[in-house]
Amino acid sequence: MRRSLLFIPGNNPAMLRNSDVFESDAVIYDLEDAVSVTEKDAARELVSGFLNCAGALPMEVIVRINGLDTEYFSADLEAVVSDKIDSVMLPKASAAYLAELDFLLTEQEKKKGLKKRINVVPIVELASSVLQIDEIVKCPRVNGVLLGAEDLSGDIEVMRTKKGNEILYPRMKLAYACAAYKIDAIDTPFTDVNDGAGLEEDCRFVANLGFNAKAAIHPNQVPVINSIFVPAQKSIEWALRVQEAARQASLKGLGVFSLDGKMVDKPVILRAENIIKKARKYNLI
Amino acid sequence: MKRGIAGSLESNDALITVKESDKLEITIKSVVYDFFHKQIEKTIRDTLSELGIDKISVVCEDKGALDFTVRARLITAVKRMEASK
Repeated sequence: MRRSLLFIPGNNPAMLRNSDVFESDAVIYDLEDAVSVTEKDAARELVSGFLNCAGALPMEVIVRINGLDTEYFSADLEAVVSDKIDSVMLPKASAAYLAELDFLLTEQEKKKGLKKRINVVPIVELASSVLQIDEIVKCPRVNGVLLGAEDLSGDIEVMRTKKGNEILYPRMKLAYACAAYKIDAIDTPFTDVNDGAGLEEDCRFVANLGFNAKAAIHPNQVPVINSIFVPAQKSIEWALRVQEAARQASLKGLGVFSLDGKMVDKPVILRAENIIKKARKYNLI
Repeated sequence: MKRGIAGSLESNDALITVKESDKLEITIKSVVYDFFHKQIEKTIRDTLSELGIDKISVVCEDKGALDFTVRARLITAVKRMEASK
């Protein structure tokens, strides 16, 4: 369960060494778009070296490698797969690429004697990937899916807007598919790092669509994202009241009861339990 | 003469230039030379030893890089030098 995932350019030593202070739930060490083609080798070596010497990091560690269709993929995978990372992020994902990545990760895990199983966060950023979302969420190791709106809007040849009407369909499709398989629906970054109000509005909008997390491209976006992808205080208070009322009803042998004049049954109780679980995770109660 | 360069002169980074040589030469220029040049030199020597290299010219222009950065930049510079052959 994540709220914020912060991209850290893989060839920037200063950002790497400070990446644990920004309070994001996950960091994404980026070997792909944040690194120029002339520096792919340097970034790979730097991220690998950083991970090898870093102690236990207090957040999830993800590395965005270059895509399977690039000349950098194999070297990236070989360099970064270790017990120091939790997940690999795969650009331009498809169900076929994810099956291949699963096979290659299994090989790496065996070869290196890893004590953990590496998860995968695919990026849906092609029109063809949007049409495959139902398959992508079912792929092995996938525990969250990131929507990549910049590449996607390029693929369908539309301009990106702050309002995001052009990505409404993939956002809704991704949110439903992820909810169905109980994995994280991660929204595309908000690219104007100086527009805090716009970021907040965008976060609220996608949270209402069913997203539970958002990627960040600047540390100043993390607090805003973290504050929105958690239950509001009003929701937490409601959930606690539902939980207590459900406990009382259970003692009386009632499966359905009334609270504030509204019927409460199993789906409502489950929703309240989920809110409480999330609130506890983030120390809100 | 073949050479390889990696890194930058940005803060927390190091620009490392390596050249083929018939002896081991290490030159360090650092914003924190007085405090850390011995540590930087040790990192360079250890990394070269891991790579099995005992004859090479290394110039390290350090801007406050940690060991992992010096090591990574050196490895990249050596690989680039070898690839240029």
